[in-house]
Amino acid sequence: MQVPPFAIVSGPLSLDALHAAIARRVETPGAIVHFLGIVRGRNMGRTVRFLEYEAYETLAVKAFARIEDEARELWADARLGIHHRVGRVAVGEASIAIVAAAPHRAEAYAASRYAIERVKQIAPIWKHEHFDGGEVWVEGASARPDDEEARAEARRRACA
Amino acid sequence: MRVTIRLFARLREIAGAAELERDVPPDATLAGIWEQLAAEFPAMAPYRDSISAAVNADYARMTARVSEGDEVAFLPPVSGG
Repeated sequence: MQVPPFAIVSGPLSLDALHAAIARRVETPGAIVHFLGIVRGRNMGRTVRFLEYEAYETLAVKAFARIEDEARELWADARLGIHHRVGRVAVGEASIAIVAAAPHRAEAYAASRYAIERVKQIAPIWKHEHFDGGEVWVEGASARPDDEEARAEARRRACA
Repeated sequence: MRVTIRLFARLREIAGAAELERDVPPDATLAGIWEQLAAEFPAMAPYRDSISAAVNADYARMTARVSEGDEVAFLPPVSGG
C-alpha cells in the first residue's frame, strides 16, 4: 500500500510502508535511517499509563514538509518521511516514525536527528499524558517556525 | 465579520470546544482576536506569551490581519514526538 511521505496517522505506524515511499524519492540512496519514537513507561518520575496525542493535521503535514525543505538546505540530496500518531498510544508503541534517505550515512543520520528535533519544536502536535494518579497536557516549545536560534540548535544536535 | 477559531489541547479544554464561530471587528488582527478570546475565557490569559497562531492552516504572526470566513487557530506550546 502506498503511503504519503508526511502524515498524521490514527493507527499503528508502519516503517516498511514509509521506507518504500521514501526510497522511491531518492535516486541512489546509500543510506536509509529508520527512527521510531516510543512511548516511555516512566516520565519525570511518573508511571505513564498511556499517551493521547492531538494534532492540527493540515498544519502538521505542512510542518513536516517544511522540515524536509529545511533539511535539504543542509543536506541537498536528503529525503524525509515523517508519520506521527494521534489518539491513544500505549506504552511501548511508536508515536512517531521517521525515515531519512541520503546518498551517504552521515547525511541520513543527521537529517533524521534534525527531523525529530524540529518536530518537537514546530509541529502542531500535543501529548496528553495519563499517568498513575492523574493526567497532564505536556507543553514543550512555543512553535516559532521562523526562530533561527531554534533551527540552529536543531542543526547543532543533528551534527553532534 | 465572522471567523472560525480552532483550539487545541489545553485551550480546547478551557473553551469546552474545538471550534468556535465568533464575530470580530473588520480590521481584526490575530492579537485582537486572542484578547477577545482571553476576555471570554480568562483561564486562557496566561498563555498569551507562549501561544502560536495560524490562519487558514499556515503559521502567522500575531500582527496579521484576518478576513471574513478565515480559519484562525491558537496553539499552546507543542509536544509532539
